[in-house]
Amino acid sequence: MIPELGHFALALAVVFATAQAVLPLWGAARGDARLMAAAPALALGQLLALATAFAALIWSNVVSDFSVLNVVQNSQSLKPLLFKITGTWGNHEGSILLWCLILSLCGGAVAAFGGGLPSALRARVIGVLGATSAGFVLFALTESNPFLRVWPPPMEGQGMNPLLEDPGLAIHPPILYAGYVGFAIPFAFAVAALLEGRIDAAWGRWVRPWTLASWCFLTGGIALGSWWAYYDLGWGGYWFWDPTENASLLPWLTGTALLHSAIVVEKREALKLWTVLLAIATFSLSLSGTFMVRSGILNSVHSFANDPARGVFILALLALVIGSALLLFALRAPVMTATGLFAPLSREGALVLNNILLCSIAAVVFTGTTYPLFAELLAGAKISVGAPFFNATVLPLALPLFAAMSVGPVLSWKRAVLGPALLRLWWAALAALAVGLISSLHARLLPALAFAAAAWLVFGAAAEIIERVRLFRIPLADSLVRARSLPRAVFGSAIAHAGMGVTIAGIAGMSLAVHTIVALHPGQSTELAGYRWTLTDIHDAQGPNYVARVATILVSRDGRPVVTMTPSRRSYPLQQQSTTDTAIHTNLLFDLYAVLGEERDGAAVLRLHVNPLAPWIWLGGLVMALGGGVSLSDRRLRVGAPRRAPAAGLKPA
Amino acid sequence: MTRKRRRLWIVLACGLSLGVAATLSLLALSPGMELFVLPADLAQRTPTPGRVFRLGGLVQAGSVQKTLIGREPAVSFRVTDGKASIPVTYVGILPDLFREGQGVVTLGEVQPDGSFRASEVLAKHDETYMPKDVAEALKRNGLWNPAAGPPPPASTWNTLNARQLDTKQTGQTGKAGG
Repeated sequence: MIPELGHFALALAVVFATAQAVLPLWGAARGDARLMAAAPALALGQLLALATAFAALIWSNVVSDFSVLNVVQNSQSLKPLLFKITGTWGNHEGSILLWCLILSLCGGAVAAFGGGLPSALRARVIGVLGATSAGFVLFALTESNPFLRVWPPPMEGQGMNPLLEDPGLAIHPPILYAGYVGFAIPFAFAVAALLEGRIDAAWGRWVRPWTLASWCFLTGGIALGSWWAYYDLGWGGYWFWDPTENASLLPWLTGTALLHSAIVVEKREALKLWTVLLAIATFSLSLSGTFMVRSGILNSVHSFANDPARGVFILALLALVIGSALLLFALRAPVMTATGLFAPLSREGALVLNNILLCSIAAVVFTGTTYPLFAELLAGAKISVGAPFFNATVLPLALPLFAAMSVGPVLSWKRAVLGPALLRLWWAALAALAVGLISSLHARLLPALAFAAAAWLVFGAAAEIIERVRLFRIPLADSLVRARSLPRAVFGSAIAHAGMGVTIAGIAGMSLAVHTIVALHPGQSTELAGYRWTLTDIHDAQGPNYVARVATILVSRDGRPVVTMTPSRRSYPLQQQSTTDTAIHTNLLFDLYAVLGEERDGAAVLRLHVNPLAPWIWLGGLVMALGGGVSLSDRRLRVGAPRRAPAAGLKPA
Repeated sequence: MTRKRRRLWIVLACGLSLGVAATLSLLALSPGMELFVLPADLAQRTPTPGRVFRLGGLVQAGSVQKTLIGREPAVSFRVTDGKASIPVTYVGILPDLFREGQGVVTLGEVQPDGSFRASEVLAKHDETYMPKDVAEALKRNGLWNPAAGPPPPASTWNTLNARQLDTKQTGQTGKAGG
């Protein structure tokens, strides 16, 4: 019964989404206020229907309803409750439904918090979101329906891929999807602006908080995904330049560019068309990223839920959404005139440079990711583009970006003079130079440069705040007063830039990581990076739906015990699969990382790593997302504010 | 600063940045590219020594040998596509999903003695997911005709060894393994 309810709710969502697409857009075109006013209710209706469908699917998973095909294929009764819930979105059908739910949440959010928008713009934004949603909910209903029944129901399900039975996976996809799908809102604003034929500073102010929120989610999602790969896959790496990862990096790069160009639209009414194009490009990359990977067009070792048979529907849908947005852009762009003059050396100029470099990086990542696809289509050659390509192309473009990241915020708008601006950063530059020189004694050129860049970003961000509150130049109390009156967005951007620095330091540290692969009998030990690793014991343990082989490793330094690590290998009898359970000991400066391999002649094969600064990679990601959050709490940026008198009754949350 | 001058600056910066990006890509594409080959391709012609590429196929059943060289865990196995099989050596921990008879992609280079020294071994990620490269190999060897339906489940081909693959090529479609 409950799955039928979910099925019905899904069908209802298609109807709501179609109505949400047609009525408000028609109303806005004809200037019919009643049709436009229907938009928020329709968006909330679609949200309610999809939430019901999703809840029904979770329910079916929790009670292990094996008459539902999706549950049979991806669940089992012995699975712990947490993984029954998270398993809902650990498969193709469930993840598509989650995707649709988040898209309808976007529509609901604009309906709920967009009270301050002009009614025509709001109707158009909700209408465009509805049109996008209609296509994908229809896809979920027809091609990837999670509520299909199977008869007779089997006694037991086939179980979930054990790799995905992990708490990290519980939160990773929803956050990542919130980031991907969140860019639908700037996209809808961009298309709505093209339909209206008008973009002004107010448009920039409305778009920015939504972009910022999705960017925070995407940043957090990528960081979590990379962390998951690090501790769950047990390969000792954190980023593999795999198509799945690149698919999330591309919208992050253009989304970051969008975030910055929207500032220029808001402050100076320049770069308007470019910002619209970026908004369209970012959502297009999100869409194609999710679905290209899901449909198996791009070959990936990561993808856990793909099916080529659905590719055609998705490709047609992508072509329709992206193609019609670009066509609209081509038709309407010439009508809108560029305004806003600025010198190349100015805050705007720095933001333009940021956009150019970020888009160049996105271009090379895109080239490397899709090259195998085109090489096979055009030349029939089967190739992969590996990490060496990305390292060789992305790093040289990223270094000038890092160099400019600290300078940009201290430049003044419209026209700036470089000398005084750089003078404010002298001690940050000195610190970066010192860090670079010290690390060049221990590391090769590139890591040393990266360490210098990291220090430059962190100290540069600090220097900007210190300069603004005139710390040490005026009495401390006055500095505090100044700090309090500074817009939160200033702190937010400084925190985010510093977070980038932390991540770069982590990546540079990881390039100095050492590892060894060794087979040890119990009682034997080995040396790595000044630590003595002794295998003391290896035994069996029983889990809820697996059996584990657990090794106990005593790590000591100079005769003093540091930590006892227990890496294990789990084998899942139902899925006939085994996974490695990595043991990680961190003190925030470096990770001790141990993986247990198979056993040979009574000896356990161990892979041991010492990873300097590894936790900083994800810590930096969280700091960046936090910076975005601080920026989002800025009063100037709060959705709809400052607003015109008629809507003053509603206060956004 | 006129509008024209400003535009010139932006165009120059864009051109410079994209030019650098394109140059870097072209320079890095050929060494960063990893050609995917099947054992049959390797048997026909030996690639340039030192060139890194991906060798894919099925792990030949019964060919996996795990040994210890000192304290280093070494593995040797043969990768087959049903036409030829290539010996592969690897030092390290095999991925969780590495099995005899299942799809595998190895990254490495050919040694002077004709064997393949792998620096990385990737196995397929779950039961229903077949690496595209392995799917190609199955198709090429007549084990799977895409027009006839979905790919055969892993259980029917993951227990095959090279000899069985050869007999399969003659056109029998009977079920195997299980």
